[in-house]
Amino acid sequence: MIGPSVAWVATETSEEWLVALWRLLTLADYNSRVVILGTALLGCAAGVVGSFTLLRKRALVGDAISHAMLPGLGIAFLAATLSGGDGRSLPILLTGATISGLIGAAAILGLRSTWRLSEDAAFGIVLSVFFGAGVALLGVIQSLEAGHAAGLEGFIYGKTASLSWTDLMAIISAAAVALLLCAMYFKELALLCFDQAYAESQGYSKWWLDGLLMSLVVGIAITGMQAVGLILVIALLIIPAAAARFWTHRLSRQVLISAGIGMAGCFGGGMASALLPNLPAGAVIILACAILFLFSLMFGSAQGMVWRAIRRWQWQQIMLRQHLLRAVYEQAETKTSGPEIAGDFEVRIDVADLMISRSWSKPLLERLVDDAQREGLVTRIGFQVALSRSGWVQAKRLTHQHRLWEMYLITHADVALQQVDRLADDIEHVLEPSIIHELEQLVQGRTVEVAKSPHQLPEPS
Amino acid sequence: MVSDRPATSPHSASNPGDLGANRPMLSPLQVWDLTVAYQRTPVLWDVAFQVEPASLVAVVGPNGAGKSTLLRAILNLIPRTSGKIQIFGDEFSAQRRRVGYVPQRESVDWDFPVSVLDVVTMGLYREIGWLWPVRKQHRARAMEALNQVGIADLAHRQISHLSGGQQQRTFLARALAQNADLYLMDEPLAAVDAATELAIIQQLRAMKQQGKTCVVIHHDLQTVPEYFDSVLLLNMRVVASGPVAEVFTPENLQKTYGGRLTLLDEVSSAMRRQEKLL
Repeated sequence: MIGPSVAWVATETSEEWLVALWRLLTLADYNSRVVILGTALLGCAAGVVGSFTLLRKRALVGDAISHAMLPGLGIAFLAATLSGGDGRSLPILLTGATISGLIGAAAILGLRSTWRLSEDAAFGIVLSVFFGAGVALLGVIQSLEAGHAAGLEGFIYGKTASLSWTDLMAIISAAAVALLLCAMYFKELALLCFDQAYAESQGYSKWWLDGLLMSLVVGIAITGMQAVGLILVIALLIIPAAAARFWTHRLSRQVLISAGIGMAGCFGGGMASALLPNLPAGAVIILACAILFLFSLMFGSAQGMVWRAIRRWQWQQIMLRQHLLRAVYEQAETKTSGPEIAGDFEVRIDVADLMISRSWSKPLLERLVDDAQREGLVTRIGFQVALSRSGWVQAKRLTHQHRLWEMYLITHADVALQQVDRLADDIEHVLEPSIIHELEQLVQGRTVEVAKSPHQLPEPS
Repeated sequence: MVSDRPATSPHSASNPGDLGANRPMLSPLQVWDLTVAYQRTPVLWDVAFQVEPASLVAVVGPNGAGKSTLLRAILNLIPRTSGKIQIFGDEFSAQRRRVGYVPQRESVDWDFPVSVLDVVTMGLYREIGWLWPVRKQHRARAMEALNQVGIADLAHRQISHLSGGQQQRTFLARALAQNADLYLMDEPLAAVDAATELAIIQQLRAMKQQGKTCVVIHHDLQTVPEYFDSVLLLNMRVVASGPVAEVFTPENLQKTYGGRLTLLDEVSSAMRRQEKLL
C-alpha cells in the first residue's frame, strides 16, 4: 500500500516538476487518470445528493451514517475471517459498513422519537459511540495476524492514491446511479425538501422519499469512504452544496453548481496532492473544496459578501442623495412663501445652510453635491446650489413621501413628533407606489402634490 | 373516559354535527368521533361535524385549540387515536386528488431556491406523475392560478423576495392549480395586507360559486360573519358548529374562548404527569 499521500509523481528539479504537472493535467498517467477521474465523479455525485440533504436540513445525517459505518467494517472483517473467508473482500466489508451505518441512522431516529432526546444529543451520542466502537474493533483486528495487513484504517482517512481500476468502476457506477435517481425523482425530492407536509397531503410517502434520499447518502458515503475516508466524505456532501447556495436562487442551478464545485474541488485537490509530496489526498480534496466555499462566500453572485456589500453601499448612496435633494427642497420651501414654489425650482440655497439641516460632515456634503451635479440633479454656483428640473421633480416626490409617512406616524401610530423625522427617514426610501397611494388616502383622504410638513403644523393636542 | 366527557358537548359519536345533515348531496367532509393525541396527550376530543357542499366554513378557536391538528388529521398527516373521516362519502386516500391543502405560511423555509412559478407547479406534480418533467401546459396552468390570485407578474420572482401576503397568495395558487373540490386552509388570512385579504376572499367566493368547499382556519372573529357561511367553534372539542347566524353567538364564543376547559386541562396534565412517571 502506498499510503494516504499521493506519491505517484516523484519530482526532483523544477523542469521535471513542470513535466510532471503537464503529465498530470493531461491525465497521461494511468494512475493519476484513475484517481482524478474517480474522485471528480464522486465529488459531482456528492454535490448533487448533498444539495438535497442540505435543503432538507439533514446535512448531519450523512455525518452520523458515515461514522457509524466503521464498526460494520470491523465486524464484517472479523466475521468473514473467522468463518474462513477473505476478510478483505470489498463487497463483504461494504455490506457490513452499510448495515451498521443504517443501524446508526435508525438509532438516531429511535433516540429522538422514543426517548425524546434532543436531536443534537442523539447525533452526538450515536456518532461518537459507533465511531469509538469501530476504533476499538480496529485495534483488536490490528493485533490479529490476519488483520494486520487488512488496511482497514485506509477507510478512515481514505486511500485516494491507491484507488484501483475496480474502485474507479465502483465509483463510476455508484455516481451514475445516484445522478440518475436524482434526475428521475428531481421534482419529488424538491417538493419533499421544500414542503414535506404538502408533499404528504398530495399522497407522497415521506418514508419512501426520505428513504431514497438516505439511501443516496449511504451510497455516496460507501463509495467515498475508499477515496477520501469515512470522516471526510461528509464534507463532500455538505461543502459544495453550501457553496452553491451563494451563487443561485434556482434549484436546478443549485444542483448543477454544487456538482461542479464538488467536481472541481476533487479535481484540484487530487492534483495538488499529486504535485506536493506527503499531502494526504483526502484532506487536500476537502481543503480545495473549502477554498471554493470561501470564494463562493465572498464572490457568489446571488448572496456573496462582496456583492452584498456593494449593493448595501449603493443603497446608502441613494439614501444620502435623497436626503440631499429633500434638504435642498425644504430649504427652497422656506425661502419662498410657503409651499407655493411650484415651478420655481431655481431658488439658490447656501451650502452652509444645508450643513445645518442635517448632521453631515462638510466633505460628505461636498461629495454629495458634486455627485448630484454630475447626475444633473442640482446646479452648483459658487457656495450655492439650486435644483435642476429633474432634481426638482425627484425632490418634490421624496419630500411628499417623507411627509406622508411622518403624518401617518403621528396620526395613526401615536409617535411623538420629535421621533417622527428619524423614523420617517428610514422608511421613506422603501415606500412602494401602492403604499404611497394608500398613505395619501389614509392621511389626507385625497391625492395631493406635496403634503405639508407636520413640523410646521400646530402641535396635535 | 366517556363519562368524563364535558356536559357541553353537543354531539354523540354516531351523530355527526348539524350542518345540513339531511341534504341529499354528498357532504365534502364528515368527521365522527375524532380523537387525536400527541405523545398520549389528547389534543382533540370526540370531534364531530359535517360540512355542506359549496360553502365557506371557518374554523375558529383559541391558540392550542387543535385547529391545525384537525386539518392535519383530516389529511392523514398525523395518526388519529379514534374516529372516522369521510371525504365525499369516501376514504381520504381514495379522494385525495379532490382535496387541496394550504399549509401555514410559516411551515416552510422561504429561502428555498425556487421561484413562485415553481412552487405553484408543485400543485400539479401528482397529475404530472413520477418521472415526467414539468411541461409547458403545466406552467400555463400554474400561470392561470397565479392570475386568479393576482400575482401573475411575480411568477419568476424568487420566493425569498416575497412579502407575507405574496407568500400566502403563492400557497393559495398552488392549491388552486390542483383544481380540487374541497380545500383545507391553515390561516390563509393571518398577517396579510388588506389587498391580499380582499384578493383571497374574492377568490374563496369565486370558488364557492364553482361549487367548491373551503374549510378555513380563521383568527379574526370580526370578519367571520362577513366572510363565511358556517363556522366550527373548536377548543379541543367542538363547542358548536353550524350556520354563522345560528352558531356564532356571544354565548358560544364565551364557551370557546372564555374560561379554560378545566376538566380537559386537568385530564391532559394528569396524563402528562403519568407519562413522566412511566
